[in-house]
Amino acid sequence: MGVQSNIDSSGKELTVKIDGRFDFSAHQEFRDAYEGIPADVNSYVVDLGDTSYLDSSALGMLLLLRDHAGGDNANIKIIKCNEDVRKILTISNFEQLFTIQ
Amino acid sequence: MKILIADDNASDRFLLSKIISKQGHEVVEAENGKHAIDCYVKEAPDIILMDVLMPELNGKEAAKEIKRIAGEDLVPIIFLTSLVDAQSLADCLEAGGDDFLTKPYNHIILKAKIDAFVRMRNMHATLQKQRDTIAANNQHMLHEQRVAKAVFDNVAHSGCLDATNIKYMLSPLAVFNGDVLLAARKPSGGMHVFLGDFTGHGLPAAIGAMPMAEIFYGMTAKGFALRDILREINLKLKSILPVGFFCCAAVVDLSFTKRSVSMWMGGVPDCYLLSQQGTQLKTLRSHHLPLGVLSSDQFDVEMTEHSMDFEDRLFMWSDGIVEARDSAGNMFGEERLQAVFKQNTHPDLLFEAVKESVNIFVGETERDDDTTLIELKMVDESELEQSELVLEQRMTTDPSDWKIDYELGVDSLKYFNPLPLLMHIVMEVPALRAMGGQLFTVVAELISNAFEHGVLKLDSALKSTPAGFVDFYTLREKRVNELNSGFIKINMTHSSAEGRSGIFCITIEDSGEGFDYAKKTSENKPQDENKFSGRGIPLIYSLCHSLEYIGCGNKVVAEIHWPQKNVAK
Repeated sequence: MGVQSNIDSSGKELTVKIDGRFDFSAHQEFRDAYEGIPADVNSYVVDLGDTSYLDSSALGMLLLLRDHAGGDNANIKIIKCNEDVRKILTISNFEQLFTIQ
Repeated sequence: MKILIADDNASDRFLLSKIISKQGHEVVEAENGKHAIDCYVKEAPDIILMDVLMPELNGKEAAKEIKRIAGEDLVPIIFLTSLVDAQSLADCLEAGGDDFLTKPYNHIILKAKIDAFVRMRNMHATLQKQRDTIAANNQHMLHEQRVAKAVFDNVAHSGCLDATNIKYMLSPLAVFNGDVLLAARKPSGGMHVFLGDFTGHGLPAAIGAMPMAEIFYGMTAKGFALRDILREINLKLKSILPVGFFCCAAVVDLSFTKRSVSMWMGGVPDCYLLSQQGTQLKTLRSHHLPLGVLSSDQFDVEMTEHSMDFEDRLFMWSDGIVEARDSAGNMFGEERLQAVFKQNTHPDLLFEAVKESVNIFVGETERDDDTTLIELKMVDESELEQSELVLEQRMTTDPSDWKIDYELGVDSLKYFNPLPLLMHIVMEVPALRAMGGQLFTVVAELISNAFEHGVLKLDSALKSTPAGFVDFYTLREKRVNELNSGFIKINMTHSSAEGRSGIFCITIEDSGEGFDYAKKTSENKPQDENKFSGRGIPLIYSLCHSLEYIGCGNKVVAEIHWPQKNVAK
């Protein structure tokens, strides 16, 4: 389990990538990835390409990110979900809150 | 440090003793193994320098015994030996020694070894203290959980999970896994059932469950609709839970009379509805976000309705079942669950079959406390035991003689349901509380008539056919939207004779034109109760002591006496 993050060349988009299991052990690293970044950042990408599994605390972390990014005005894309991860997001109806690709 | 030197050779003892005292340590001496043991017990040295070959009891035996006496504590033993071959030295360590020192003694090496063991002893002592602190904290936490569980059980106790049409599996400590099962009979008939799964574990999960259970039971008992209850619960959870915490839930409104179930599902795994004597399986999916995520204005209470014939069953579970793991770490999964359903031939045994299947899969080593499962069967409400209404303890005296006038204008008529508020007032009288269901029916019917037939001027004859039924409600919606004048006046009075008997009277007047009640009452016979149309008047007649229409028929007075002379049903 590891969290990597980087801001793109325009300085406006932050991408956070989670490898392995996205669960409570990722909590601190995930928060560190988006807290304290430059105020210019206004869009977020959560890359779950190498994420094997998502549990309810991960869903909670996504909600925290959304709250940090402006709540209803947040611009967050969740990308590269595998079948299992997609299923979990679907059951929770998270596509009502996030753009999922 | 206090150091014990055990050596049968007096001059060797003397030599060592000198070196060690010079290094600042306290010295105790023993001349053989047995003496060494006695010295250990009496003097409690921190480190022992033990000669291997001694009379009475040799060093190795003495070391074994001292280690045994020491138990959990660490008392390093350094063997003193003139043997230098590897095997003999290894034997010393095997015998329970922690190190060895060969003759001739080098005081530099001796000091280094003693210092190393002092560090080790300190580390060991620290570890022990930390372990004891952790153990104590753990005990404390378990105790807190027990108390929290007791409080929660009192809140959740007022439910009807033991009703004959419900089968459920719930671990006693489930509330700490975040799983909650609530069930309550409605005063007007039917039941509300709630299956919840909070994020998180332990006390944070349990804390959210408490206000939620209070709202669920309180509002159900007062006759509120499930939609209103859901709105209230969502609002409550959104306000008290931190961001990122929520409650996945499947919530059900079971109607025995309509043979249907209304469902709201948010964030829970698929449920199954088994019908046609177990031959048809319908999958029900979550369409909503979990509770506690959205604000009030975004929260969606849309429910889906499904018909349930007699003995049809609804199965619901938390994700604990699908995620239950065996010793190899494989998940039970949806396919296995579906297989159990497909293979079953006796719907009655299905619940047990699912339980069995999960237990066998998980194996005996791990008792799975996270599995929550519930089956609801459609039955005739008369089959259920008359649940005793648990009356709240009151410190204040109850109102026994009162009256209230309540008038609803156009806007209120269009959007506001006065029933819960009125019932709340009525229920303040203990004797009327016991008749809650009947009173609810009477008041609901009278207000409904006043609104639909009086204010909206809808003809009840429309409801005589199933198609007409739909037309009626379409027309109703249209007229409600177009409504721009009208009122309903409600007057309620209650008086009691020394608390032994009482009379409750409700008068409802609507702004409509009334109807020919003389004609209607002469037409109605008892069997008309089951027809689609009619003002349900025969039903009310059997419940009320008297029912009178006044004036042109837009005003009705119903009187209910308690205790009831005839047992109405």
